[in-house]
Amino acid sequence: MFLTVIGALNSGFLQTLKLFAVTLIGALPLGLIISFGSMSRFTPLRWLTRTVVWVIRGTPLLLQLYIVFFIPGFVLDSGSPWPSGETGRFMAAAVTFVVNYACYFSEIFRGGIQSVPSGQQEAGLVLGMTKPQIFFKITLLQMIKRIVPPMSNEIITLVKDTSIARIISLQEVIWAGVAFMKGSHGYSGLVWPLFFTGVYFLVFNGGLTLLFGWVERKLDYFQ
Amino acid sequence: MAILDVRHIEKHFGATQVLTDISFSLDEGNALAIIGSSGSGKTTLLRCLNFLETPDNGSISVRDELLFDAADPATQSEKDIRKKRLHFGLVFQNFNLFPQYTALQNVMLANQLLAKERPDFKQNKRQIFQEIEENARALLAQMGLSDRAAHYPHQLSGGQQQRVAIARALAMRPDILCFDEPTSALDPELTGEVLKVIRSLAEQKTTMVIVTHEMAFARDVADEVIFMDGGVIVEQGPARQVIEHPREERTKQFLSRYEGND
Repeated sequence: MFLTVIGALNSGFLQTLKLFAVTLIGALPLGLIISFGSMSRFTPLRWLTRTVVWVIRGTPLLLQLYIVFFIPGFVLDSGSPWPSGETGRFMAAAVTFVVNYACYFSEIFRGGIQSVPSGQQEAGLVLGMTKPQIFFKITLLQMIKRIVPPMSNEIITLVKDTSIARIISLQEVIWAGVAFMKGSHGYSGLVWPLFFTGVYFLVFNGGLTLLFGWVERKLDYFQ
Repeated sequence: MAILDVRHIEKHFGATQVLTDISFSLDEGNALAIIGSSGSGKTTLLRCLNFLETPDNGSISVRDELLFDAADPATQSEKDIRKKRLHFGLVFQNFNLFPQYTALQNVMLANQLLAKERPDFKQNKRQIFQEIEENARALLAQMGLSDRAAHYPHQLSGGQQQRVAIARALAMRPDILCFDEPTSALDPELTGEVLKVIRSLAEQKTTMVIVTHEMAFARDVADEVIFMDGGVIVEQGPARQVIEHPREERTKQFLSRYEGND
């Protein structure tokens, strides 16, 4: 029985990890773009991005998942754009998570970029550097150093937030745990698999915590 | 021959007029000191020369090439301004070294990036980078910092950081090197080493514009002095004359506050 449960939880956690990884890969660059938008000198763009960030951060991720997954099917004549089954649920969840987390990341990035003294940029300018060169060669690493602690918070929250995707029946690890209460793999009424899913989160987040500590130490060489 | 020609520069921030009708010229190989109390517009003038601020009026020419003319938008395109900035070097009051790079990397970085735009960069990459490094090491040696090349800024004293910043500015071979109160952020015992370096640059006939509060230094090192007050040039002339025998009442008042401090 134990091996059956572990097997099912493992494949659930694999889905958790997939959603986590896709969100991170999508939300990091998108968040950077949004942060540039929210700092733009072009006022309409700045207001537009700040409004989007307000809406996304101001409404529950759970509600956003429902909207992204169900609403297109109601309003489009062609029916839901999401493929049927687990693939469609994963895509809808990934899109929602990427946009949601990009908005949170964008504010952390903005804070990080704005905390780099303007003298750094001016020093780059008077040395004849272009604005992209200044960003990538001077600002970026100083910003990363400053945002490691808030980003580690946000990323650990993301690991746990992936479980929210089970409300559109994404078969992540908690969904797999609950399944043994309802009846799965010939077992029903099993409670411990649900609680055991916590171990997965603890172990994975423990690893992330170590990783962030390592990154912080790596960036300790400058001030 | 005048290498730098500044004509009728005006600048205001909102309703505040910061610079009014600033005109002066500077001969090649000469050092110009700009003195005046805080808020007199010295730093803004320097920032205008380095295109960190855009003057509302006036023009700036280097070697008879018109770099900026407020009346001519063609002189103000972002792309050209980048190249024009390279006529000037700027050493900041608080150094602004890049903290994540060593002293040597700070001096090399901008040239390495600029080299990538050379048509022969791909073929001669190694040789170009080697030349940049040799040049950077030579400049650090000139600053007396050979043994600090691999140090990061936070491992250096303020005086050492400022000398790295001077080497970094010199590495771009600017026509005119500008200093914005280069010793104001330093502990008194560290100003000497920086002033010594600037003095030796003056002896080598480096064209310089130095905003400073060090009157004795301005008198001894600069060829010309400009005294600014309230955004206008009150008095300009040979250094010794302006500082030791000022003509204008406002200059006399300003300098009397420094007597005994030298």
